[in-house]
Amino acid sequence: MDMANQARIKETAEKYGNENVVVVIGAAEPESAGLTAETVMVGDPTMAGPLTNVALKLKVFHIFELKDLIDPAVYDEQLSMMEMVLDVDALCEEMENIRKECGC
Amino acid sequence: MTYPVIKAAAYVLVHAPNILLEHGTTITTERLLNPDSEYLKVLPKYLRSFDDAVNYAPNQVYIGNMKPEELRGYPTPWYANPVSGSRDGKYGEIMPEDEFYGLLRIVDRFELVELSPEFASQIKPKIEARNLFSAKQLAALDKTLDLSEIEKMVANNEADGLYLDGKLVGCVRAAHETDENLSAHVVFENLVSKASGALVLANLIKKHGINPLDIDYIIETSEEAIGDMNQRGGGNLAKAIGEVCDCLNATGSDVRGFCAGPAHGIIHACAMVKAGVFKNVVVLAGGSSAKLGMNSRDHVKKDMPALEDMVGGYAILISENDGVSPVVRTDIVGKHKIASGSSPQAVIQAIVADPLEENGLKITDIDVFAPELQNPELTVPAGAGDVPMANYKMIGAMAVKKGEIDKKDLMMFAEKHGVPGFAPTQGHIPSGVPLVGHVVDEIKEGKMQRAMIIGKGSLFLGRMTDLFDGISFIIEKNSGKTEEIKEDSEALKQEIRELIAGAIKEVADSLAGR
Repeated sequence: MDMANQARIKETAEKYGNENVVVVIGAAEPESAGLTAETVMVGDPTMAGPLTNVALKLKVFHIFELKDLIDPAVYDEQLSMMEMVLDVDALCEEMENIRKECGC
Repeated sequence: MTYPVIKAAAYVLVHAPNILLEHGTTITTERLLNPDSEYLKVLPKYLRSFDDAVNYAPNQVYIGNMKPEELRGYPTPWYANPVSGSRDGKYGEIMPEDEFYGLLRIVDRFELVELSPEFASQIKPKIEARNLFSAKQLAALDKTLDLSEIEKMVANNEADGLYLDGKLVGCVRAAHETDENLSAHVVFENLVSKASGALVLANLIKKHGINPLDIDYIIETSEEAIGDMNQRGGGNLAKAIGEVCDCLNATGSDVRGFCAGPAHGIIHACAMVKAGVFKNVVVLAGGSSAKLGMNSRDHVKKDMPALEDMVGGYAILISENDGVSPVVRTDIVGKHKIASGSSPQAVIQAIVADPLEENGLKITDIDVFAPELQNPELTVPAGAGDVPMANYKMIGAMAVKKGEIDKKDLMMFAEKHGVPGFAPTQGHIPSGVPLVGHVVDEIKEGKMQRAMIIGKGSLFLGRMTDLFDGISFIIEKNSGKTEEIKEDSEALKQEIRELIAGAIKEVADSLAGR
């Protein structure tokens, strides 16, 4: 996750409280989705950005995990094409694993 | 309607491992934040030799010695399965770093590049033997500065060093004492872009036997800003590059659009030629030193060579219709509008589906798509996936949504209408344009009817808008007719004659009371 986004997430969490912030990821690759999730839960693993050693423990999901919460018409217009393109199962599995690993 | 044509294309690469170490932003940032990191310590061991870079299959595809399709099924990893390559390519060349330092000196008009006498005398005959630059230009290599002076300037932070195998051989000076836009670092980046741009233009001229005096206009599409503290992006690299290559009748300008810059530039050029403003317009760009080694942290972590050691360049000549060269369909242009939305689906709809639908074409009517063509061997280890494959799947998924293909044929679509990625991760360089040379050849050989070139740009990186951008155009087989406008106007005249005759007859009939 780039430094600017890390800074924005940190600011948002400070402003609204960690328990009131949910991070929704749209990453295409399981590895990058996992890294992003890890960053907002236990801190930046690359030790380069504002979230280094900052464990926000935020709730984090991939957008495909939230399909049931999305208006079907909006989902069809915005996400149905990418659902065909990406490995949705691998993305969701990675998210579940990383949440477990981070204890969130 | 007559269309402009793509008359010629050229491509170059410069092997730049030492520039990677000194100017790649991943490395310079790490040096600032974690100067003692293990990654910085081990990175030099992961750099590859010039021969390894030449014998790397994707690089041979880029300069035209192999077809992109040959990468399909070629044993992976490509870096561990070298081909028997050549530095000379059908479309251009691969230049080693020492010659490129000489080229930096040759293109420098302000005596900002200093080379040591020993180094300059070593590389002058090497560059001379390439027969790309004149004796007058090569004379720039005779003006040298003692290494002790160069060492002093680098030690005092008045210049950025040029290194080979860890040894200082030259430097690039700051062009101003306080202006950060003319700092040694910025001047260095701009000179890298200028020199690689000049190298590709020189190759375009030489490989295709073009008279440089016939070039009217140059559009430069890199991502560098040329200027000083009062006009940071003033320009004009286009004209600066044309000057190096003796395009004495040309002027030019710089077109910017992040990675979409080249596709925008080509559309600008086509419009100029079609409107009759200019006859021969070259669209080109050199490469970027900042992006070298961008993903090298991941490459090192995965114990593979730091493959992002190539500075890229491309040049494409757009000319009036000659009845032979493939045309650019200026009437079928896809654009990502401000209102289009930024979801991948909205982007593909706007730049791929909309222009085709508006012109009665299907997605499957396009033989091959050229989206971002990054070499997946560079991006997959960094978690960014296979970028061209993702694009082909997205275009295929759009074809599924339009009912043109069945969902089970998605992978087959990606293979049939796509090519494996082969371009270096140099931002604007991989964005569609690397395939133009191959497309032109395939169309001329009768193996292809039409291709769509797609440029996409991440405008949000500049923090002025969070919009995405994209633009596309179609290259098509030339119908052989160069006078279509004349024919059209004759037909129109005949139609008007018939209308007038009909009207006169009606008036005559009414006067006659019929």
